[in-house]
Amino acid sequence: MDSQLGLIEQSFNNRYTLWVHEALDELPDSFTITDPSISGHPIVFASRGFLKMSGFSRAEIIGRNGRMFQGPRTNRRTIMEIREAIREERPIEVNLLNYKKDGTPFWMLFKMSLVFGKEDGRATHFVAVQVPIVSRKHMRNSGMSYSEDGGGSRLREIVFGSCRREVCSDSLLDLDRVLALDSDDTGLEIEDSCEASDLEKRKAATAIDNILSVLTHYSQLTGRLVCGKRCSLPGMGFISSSLYISLGRIKQSFVLIDPHLPDMPMVYASDAFLKLTGYDRNEVVGQNCRFLNGVDTDTTVLYQIKESIQTEQACTVRILNYRKDKSSFWNLLHISPIRNASGKQLASTFNSTSFTICPVEIAYFAAVHTEEGCRNQDRHGLSLEMRQLSAIGAIKVAVRSLSMGAGPSKS
Amino acid sequence: MLRIKRVPTVVSNYQKEETEEAAAAARRVSGCGRNCLNKCCIQGAKLPLYAFKRVNKFKTEMGVHGHEVREPEPPVAFLDSLVLGEWEDRVQRGLFRYDVTACETRVIPGQYGFIAQLNEGRHLKKRPTEFRVDKVLQPFDGNKFNFTKVGQEEVLFQFEASEDGEVQFHPSAPIDVENSPSVVAINVSPIEYGHVLLIPRVLECLPQRIDRDSFLLALYMAAEAGNPYFRLGYNSLGAFATINHLHFQAYYMALPFPIEKAPTKKIISTGSGVKISELLNYPVRGLVFEGGNSLEDLSNTVSDACICLQENNIPYNVLIADCGKRIFLLPQCYAEKQALGEVSSELLDTQVNPAVWEISGHMVLKRKKDYEEASEENAWRLLAEVSLSEERYQEVNALIFEAIARGDDANGGVAESVIGEADAKPKSGGEVDAINKNSCPAMVSGTPECLVLHGSRYCGLMIRYCFYKLASAMTY
Repeated sequence: MDSQLGLIEQSFNNRYTLWVHEALDELPDSFTITDPSISGHPIVFASRGFLKMSGFSRAEIIGRNGRMFQGPRTNRRTIMEIREAIREERPIEVNLLNYKKDGTPFWMLFKMSLVFGKEDGRATHFVAVQVPIVSRKHMRNSGMSYSEDGGGSRLREIVFGSCRREVCSDSLLDLDRVLALDSDDTGLEIEDSCEASDLEKRKAATAIDNILSVLTHYSQLTGRLVCGKRCSLPGMGFISSSLYISLGRIKQSFVLIDPHLPDMPMVYASDAFLKLTGYDRNEVVGQNCRFLNGVDTDTTVLYQIKESIQTEQACTVRILNYRKDKSSFWNLLHISPIRNASGKQLASTFNSTSFTICPVEIAYFAAVHTEEGCRNQDRHGLSLEMRQLSAIGAIKVAVRSLSMGAGPSKS
Repeated sequence: MLRIKRVPTVVSNYQKEETEEAAAAARRVSGCGRNCLNKCCIQGAKLPLYAFKRVNKFKTEMGVHGHEVREPEPPVAFLDSLVLGEWEDRVQRGLFRYDVTACETRVIPGQYGFIAQLNEGRHLKKRPTEFRVDKVLQPFDGNKFNFTKVGQEEVLFQFEASEDGEVQFHPSAPIDVENSPSVVAINVSPIEYGHVLLIPRVLECLPQRIDRDSFLLALYMAAEAGNPYFRLGYNSLGAFATINHLHFQAYYMALPFPIEKAPTKKIISTGSGVKISELLNYPVRGLVFEGGNSLEDLSNTVSDACICLQENNIPYNVLIADCGKRIFLLPQCYAEKQALGEVSSELLDTQVNPAVWEISGHMVLKRKKDYEEASEENAWRLLAEVSLSEERYQEVNALIFEAIARGDDANGGVAESVIGEADAKPKSGGEVDAINKNSCPAMVSGTPECLVLHGSRYCGLMIRYCFYKLASAMTY
């Protein structure tokens, strides 16, 4: 866990410097910042205002996902809308019911925006502002309120007035009771839906602007500039934040290889892969995985791999690989082609200098590594082969679905 | 008796035409040689077994109530891993009739993002089969294809409740023939990656009809997989179920379904906390069920609604989405329209059978022309034909709410005298009188008449439903 938190701090500071924390802390608003490239899409920053509003401490929040504030009465469709906005990398503004640390539900205006790397056009962070809704607009069910203010009682009159037969008085009391049954069981009068006022919306917009300008300013200090809108189109080998998020859920050691780029580099490496091989992410992404091979690696196996790739077949081989510290291990390597859904090119093809010609419907090759001698079954009892295959399956689902859509929005 | 000619979808490598099947049956000796699930091959058979934890309360992600879960985002859940791994294994063993990941699929630009797939391999058998579409409940027929005839290699694992409240997995467990297990099998003509069939109590050969137990099993599977993109679906007979052997379908699609995006309007909450809404601004009219004090409460409410539809011979489809937290119930009438010749030939030519996935917005198209010309308008037009008319839908809703209210009452309400006859004698001591049992359909048409007063929960629910109808009527 410490390594995760360390990773979080490091990645945030690398882009914005240490001083950004102070600057962000000067803003009064309640907001959180999340990083999609870290496994789990965790919160990497929570403002003082947020901690005050939610009742949590910083330590309880950093590293966790935003869904921790949702609860049983949070509208499921709204949750889906947020999830889809994240997947499509676009801003969103919704009314959302969240829960504080003590379990109290409260309505707020949730406004989320993105921060993009200026040079590479990638979505680097999501910024979410929360403005509690204080305006009292009771909107329950189909616009009827069961309170005394006219509406409900008038309705009651109509119904009972037209009752053709006798209803004994006791049952009228029953009716009053059952009508009240529709309110929340917990006794908290919490509305089914809520609408933020214009004032609250303006507050949210201003907060977003302030945060973006702080982040933009501090990113200039490190040279790793960001901006609030996507300024450049992502280049080849682009992995969208939503693909990062999907891949980040897969716990096995694996990499994605892009066969359309020169020298077939890795474009994604899972945390488990980095742990297995001892490398840092920036040392391996963009490289061909031949760096894993060494003096005693069997070349016939390498040839076998190359052939499988060329014939678009899945294959499993046993190969001797080397870690960063030069120690070797036997790698049960499973490689599989991963298709995209459209049959069209995802990136511009690079033909003459790539050493293998690859049909354009293949988006990636996925390579799953398992160190031989590791526990053959995980704690659930899934065999090694099954674990490798499930990683392949999860990758296929992620890549396929992402390539069906229009892709990340260009704005 | 209404019939239409339909082309069946092959879901198992061992599925044959009925005539061929009869001939094969005549020839069969012990051990049919297909390693199936029938008595001939089942003895001593073993399959992996996944025993799920019977979590009745919905898992809340909040860390407040004691257990601190430090993990930022749950990794792929175990059941999820198992389904994906086993499915990929069968892919590599060549058990599918085609590679579904090679089927072109795209999201149609528009407000809802309907998903169109070009799949020419799914409906290969050209010989038509007659299938009776006017009866939702039909008895099981052992001579027709059913899931005891699938090869064991098509079955991925057994799916049962665990005895001790913890998830258990046995990579190879014997099949208990006496207590038929429920199993998960592949669909050899998949619509999408991971397309599987959940077959409750497979050896009992239940016909395609929902009961409380089997629906609860399906809901547990959705909850256990923990993946909002792994949805389960059900087609009743008459709503394009292909096989009259109780089964649910499921697959992965990491995109929102159009139906999930449709706005909803709450109708009521039941006594057990289930929120029932109606779909708005969607071509097919239907209900959405959410919440519930427990998974079982949600399951029972939906089951009661389905059973009501079955018993009233109304074909319907069910979509279980959002890890079992949102359930869509869609009565339909397309098959009847087809049989009566009321569907335009243009729509018929697409040969799309609007089952649960199509209604949810995932259209599987057989002709390249339809795929290339697919538009939100076309999809909307097709699905609008599937929907019940507004009038019929309201009638059906009234039936559903009545059934749910009765079920709700039986579950937990303080049952006062449940009186069914209009002329029942008044009881003493302040109990309620029966007024008119069938008043609610009258309520539906907008004229408030008498209220049925049964147990207090039934009463409460029906009254809230009637208020909703009145309020809707008043807004015009």
